Amino acid sequence: MSDRPHPFLIVVAGLVYLFLMLPLVIVVGAALSDTTYLTFPPQGLSLRWFENIFEISAFRRTIVTSLQIAFLGTMIALLIGIPAAYALNRFRIELPKWLGTLFVLPILVPEIVFGFALLKSFTVGTGAPIFLSLLIGHTLIVLPYVVRVISASLASFDFSVEEAAISLGSAPVKTFFTIVLPNIRAGVIAAFILAFITSLNDVSVSLFLTGPGISTLPIQILAHVEQFFDPTVASVSVLLMFLTVAVMAVVERTLGLTFLAK
Amino acid sequence: MTSRRFWRRSGATGWALSAPATLAVIGFLLIPIGAVIAGTFMDPRGVFAPYISYFNSGFRTTVLFRTLQIAAITTIISLIFGFMTAYVVSRAPGKLKSLLIVAAVFPLLTGVVVRAFAWLIILGRNGILNQTLLGLGITSEPLEMLYTQGAVIIGMVYLFVPLMVLSLVGVLENIPKDVLQASSSLGASPLATFWQVLLPLAVPGLIVGAVLVFTGSFTAYATPQLLGGERQTVLATLLHQRAMVSFDWVGASTIAAIMTVITITIVLAMSHIARRINPMAT
Repeated sequence: MSDRPHPFLIVVAGLVYLFLMLPLVIVVGAALSDTTYLTFPPQGLSLRWFENIFEISAFRRTIVTSLQIAFLGTMIALLIGIPAAYALNRFRIELPKWLGTLFVLPILVPEIVFGFALLKSFTVGTGAPIFLSLLIGHTLIVLPYVVRVISASLASFDFSVEEAAISLGSAPVKTFFTIVLPNIRAGVIAAFILAFITSLNDVSVSLFLTGPGISTLPIQILAHVEQFFDPTVASVSVLLMFLTVAVMAVVERTLGLTFLAK
Repeated sequence: MTSRRFWRRSGATGWALSAPATLAVIGFLLIPIGAVIAGTFMDPRGVFAPYISYFNSGFRTTVLFRTLQIAAITTIISLIFGFMTAYVVSRAPGKLKSLLIVAAVFPLLTGVVVRAFAWLIILGRNGILNQTLLGLGITSEPLEMLYTQGAVIIGMVYLFVPLMVLSLVGVLENIPKDVLQASSSLGASPLATFWQVLLPLAVPGLIVGAVLVFTGSFTAYATPQLLGGERQTVLATLLHQRAMVSFDWVGASTIAAIMTVITITIVLAMSHIARRINPMAT
C-alpha cells in the first residue's frame, strides 16, 4: 500500500476540516458586524459588540466568577491530584487497582447527573453556599484530567533517582520537591491548562449550581442567547477563542502542541 | 530509620497521599449520586413507583428513545468521518500532521456553548444557510432547520468528530507500517488492505472512540438545548427542566438514575468487549 491515502479519503478529510473550521470563522465574522442582529458576512466592521460585553453587568460578573472558579478549582485539583497520581505510580503494587478507576469516575458518570446530585444532596442538603458548591463541582470534574496527565508524566520518571536521593540522606518530602516535581514540570503545566479550560467551558455541572448573583460565563451565555439574538454572544465567543489560542501558544512554547493530542 | 522504611514500604504513605482526592470523590460524587439513586427507591408509592410512572408516560419514553437515537446516529456518523479523517492525518507528513492535529484540538478546547451557538447562526430562520439558499433562489421561503432532530445531530457531530479523530490518530499510528506493506506486497489492493487489514486492527480504538462519543452525546445538555429546544427534548434537558423549572425532584432523580445506569452499562460492556478483541489493550 502506498503511503499516500486514496484521493477520495483526502477529499473527505478536507471537507471534515472545512466543517470544523467554518462555523468558528462565521462566529468571528458575526462578532465584528456593525448590525444589531447576527449576520454573516459582517456588514460594516465594528468592535462595539465587544464593548457591549463589558457594559452588561451580568457578563462582567460571570467572567470574574468563571475565572475565579477555574483558577481555584484547578489549584485545589492539583493540590490533591498530584499526591494521588504520585501515590498511584510510586505505590502501584501496594494500592488496589480500583483506586485509579475512582479518580476517573467524575468524567465517567454523566456530568449533568453529578451537577444535579451535588445540588440535591450537598447544596440543598447542607445549606452550603453556592460558590462553595460550584468550586467543589469544578474541582471534581477537572480532577480526572489532573490525575491522568500527571500519571502519564510520572510513568516515564525513574523512581530509582528518588530512591538514590533518599538513601543519600535527603528527606522524602524535600526529595519530592527537589527531584520529582522538577521532572514532571511539563505535566503539571499541561494539567493546569487542560483543567483550567475544562472548568472555564463547563456547562452541565454549573447549570445547577447557580444562584442569586452567582453564575458562570457559559451559563450566562446560554441565558443571553435564549433572550436576545444580538452579536454580543458572538463577541464573548471570540473572546473565549482568543483565550484558547493564547493558551495553546503557551503550550506550544513550553511543551510542543502534539502534547495535547496525547 | 526502621520506622521510616516500614512507612515507605507498607503502602500507608500511598494511602495517605491519595486520601484527600479519594475522600473528595467519595464524599462529593459517589455519596451524592448514590443518595439520588437510592432516593428513587424510597418513594411512598412503592419501590419502583417512579420508574413505573416514568415508563408509563408516553412523552418520557419518547424522550428516552429520542436521546438514544440521537446518540447512536451521532456515533455512527462520527465513526465514519472520524476514521477516514484520522487515517489521512496519520499518513500526513510531519509538519502538516501537527497542523492537522492542532486544527482538531482547537475546536475541542472551544466551549460547547460557543460551538452550539455557531450552528444557531448558521441554521436559524434568518441564518446564513437560509440567506444563502434564498439568495441562490433554491428555496422561495426560509426552511425550518432549527429545533429539528437533524439540527441536534449536526451540532453533536460537530462536537464529537474532533474527539474521534484525535483518539483514532493515536490508534492508527500504533499500527506497524510493515503490516500494511506486507499486505500490499502479497498482492492485496489498497482497498483490500484498508478493509481487511487496517480496519480490523483499528477495531479496539474504534470501540473506545464510539464509547466516548455515545456517552458524550447521550448526556450532552447545551447542544440539544440550543439547537433542539423543547421540541427535541432529550434526557439531559428533561432532567434540568424537571429539577429547576418544575421542582419535581423525584422525577429528576429518576432520570438521573436512568442516565447513570445506561452510561455505566455501556462503558463497562464495551470496555469488556474491547479487551476481549484485543488482549494487548489495557
